[in-house]
Amino acid sequence: MATVSVRQAKKVFGSTKILHGVDVEIADGEFVVLVGPSGCGKSTLLRMIAGLENISGGEIAIGGRVVNNVPPKDRDIAMVFQNYALYPHMTVRENMAFSMKLAKAPADVMEEEVKRAAKILGLDALLDRYPRQLSGGQRQRVAMGRAIVRHPQVFLFDEPLSNLDAKLRVQMRSEIKELQQRLATTTIYVTHDQIEAMTMADQIVVMNGGRIEQAGAPLALYDRPANLFVAGFIGSPAMNLLPGRVADGGFRTDGGALLPLPPGANAQAATYGIRPEHLMLADDGVEGTIVLVEPTGSETQVTLRIGETQIIGAFRERVQGRPGDLLRVAPDLSLVHLFGPDGNRLP
Amino acid sequence: MTDAAAAPQSNTATAAPEMLSWDSKSRRVVMLYVPLACFLLILLFPFYWMTVTAFKPNAELYDYATHNPFWITSPTLDHIRHLLFNTSYPHWLWTTMLVSIAATFLSLLSSTLAAYAIQRLRFRGSQYVGLAIYLAYLVPPSILFIPLATMVVRLGLFDTPFALILTYPTFLVPFCTWLLIGYFKSIPYELEECALIDGASRLQILRQITLPLAIPGLISAGIFSFTLSWNEFIYALAFIQSSENKTVPVAILTELVTGDVYQWGALMAGSLLGSLPVAIFYSFFVDYYVSSLTGAVKE
Ligand SMILES: Nc1ncnc2c1ncn2[C@@H]1O[C@H](COP(=O)(O)OP(=O)(O)O)[C@@H](O)[C@H]1O
Ligand SMILES: [Mg+2]
Repeated sequence: MATVSVRQAKKVFGSTKILHGVDVEIADGEFVVLVGPSGCGKSTLLRMIAGLENISGGEIAIGGRVVNNVPPKDRDIAMVFQNYALYPHMTVRENMAFSMKLAKAPADVMEEEVKRAAKILGLDALLDRYPRQLSGGQRQRVAMGRAIVRHPQVFLFDEPLSNLDAKLRVQMRSEIKELQQRLATTTIYVTHDQIEAMTMADQIVVMNGGRIEQAGAPLALYDRPANLFVAGFIGSPAMNLLPGRVADGGFRTDGGALLPLPPGANAQAATYGIRPEHLMLADDGVEGTIVLVEPTGSETQVTLRIGETQIIGAFRERVQGRPGDLLRVAPDLSLVHLFGPDGNRLP
Repeated sequence: MTDAAAAPQSNTATAAPEMLSWDSKSRRVVMLYVPLACFLLILLFPFYWMTVTAFKPNAELYDYATHNPFWITSPTLDHIRHLLFNTSYPHWLWTTMLVSIAATFLSLLSSTLAAYAIQRLRFRGSQYVGLAIYLAYLVPPSILFIPLATMVVRLGLFDTPFALILTYPTFLVPFCTWLLIGYFKSIPYELEECALIDGASRLQILRQITLPLAIPGLISAGIFSFTLSWNEFIYALAFIQSSENKTVPVAILTELVTGDVYQWGALMAGSLLGSLPVAIFYSFFVDYYVSSLTGAVKE
């Protein structure tokens, strides 16, 4: 187990800059999720930590040792790839034992390690099968088994669940999280799915365009997004972000709606953010016209038009309205987010 | 000797009906079996002709007026006996076998390493090396044999099997390299990255991951090399002089044609026996061969 430090890491492919100086500090035993839209450089960063890509600038240290010039096999890491990368010509047992075989471990140790991992992952009955004879979830488990038999200092996962169907994804999500808590191994997990990030991480690192937008605990990011990108990226359904300005004793959106501001609000505010779940039905609220009602059972999502501004609310109550009806809603003033003209959060 | 190719090709073709769905039987006959039958007929006829001639007594062979040219009335083993006991045919066969196997082995070895380096190591300028290897393939042997002859003589290899074993790779290596580059490309690179993290060296990756997955590709490259070596003519004609050391294709033409007399029976018997090893070789590996040309690594 080890800490991982990424300091001012840069990556250049040919003449294209992919990472522009990234800093991440990962504590021993922490579960860190790198999240961001596709193409933002998450995999590249992970592969640099693994040693599969060289480092164009900056420094990466694992367990206090700078590994810039250390080959992958000597970094004491294990990686799970998106499409599992199981060796097709080897059985599950051989797949799991491969790294130990290369390290010339004694046969009884190998067998014991494989058995132990198989037991943890529920693969006992499948040890003699070939990867093609396994389902997606089972392959995923074998890939994880291959990682845990090595007792690495760091686990690296690159979108390991994106090839699974929705239900299995939720199940494997909790399995991975549980396993990580049991083994307490430092883990870096890449995903583009913010729900995965929120549910699994101790620390989330939100990336965009080769830069880190914000890093912190999931709820910290949810409660206090540092900028418009994080505000829009974390949370589902996404936060309403309404451009406008402070005027007329409230916030006047560009679409013409007048929204209430919390006391002492910064007059520089250029964007008003409110999460759908922080809007309440209120008789003294702002009046809007219903555009769409989407009940999910546990809550009802309503798209409203206030002036020219569209805003989404998510309510515990069952909203009876139909498109065209009027509805009054009020934001929870303590949960309003204000952003300045530069897109950063205002204090 | 191209006849040997008929066997695997017909197999490829008959696999088709399972994949296409044909609505009516008559349509199936017209669209599939009739063209297929014509195809087979054309491909197999030379083989048939060769077989028939090899077992025909001379009396029938040279007298079409009284004998049906497409049939044998009294088959004989005379030609084969003549070939095996009155000529050096067994020795020619042995030389051809030796040369083909050695050249194939040599070419496969160097092509595997070359293809792996070009496709996976991506060293600086690797694509130019790939291109250069391909260009070498485009130089026709009928030109290349002249400079090669000089080299063969200077190295003291003239009239030895080594002259052929070392020159055949000039056309086998480019061919196999390109075939294997394509095959390696179909093996997910992630597998190798994963092995790299698991602690394997490049050579271990090649031996334990890439090559086992590339077996179908290696087999088809091997079959191609073996067949091309077996049938090769120009180099074998130019670099070998003594009757003893000749390969089958050259020997039957130079040794079995005395003056302007064609010993048709012996010629055909020689061709028939000479094409059997290739046909047998093909038949063992036909499944791999087809799969490597039509599909790549699955899961
Ligand atoms: N080997 C490469 N050569 C050139 N560009 C690359 C290479 N690998 C990745 N990129 C580029 O780097 C960017 C980030 O890629 P990646 O890290 O895979 O993104 P993601 O966040 O989706 O995992 C992408 O724009 C991609 O096109
Ligand atoms: Mg990626």
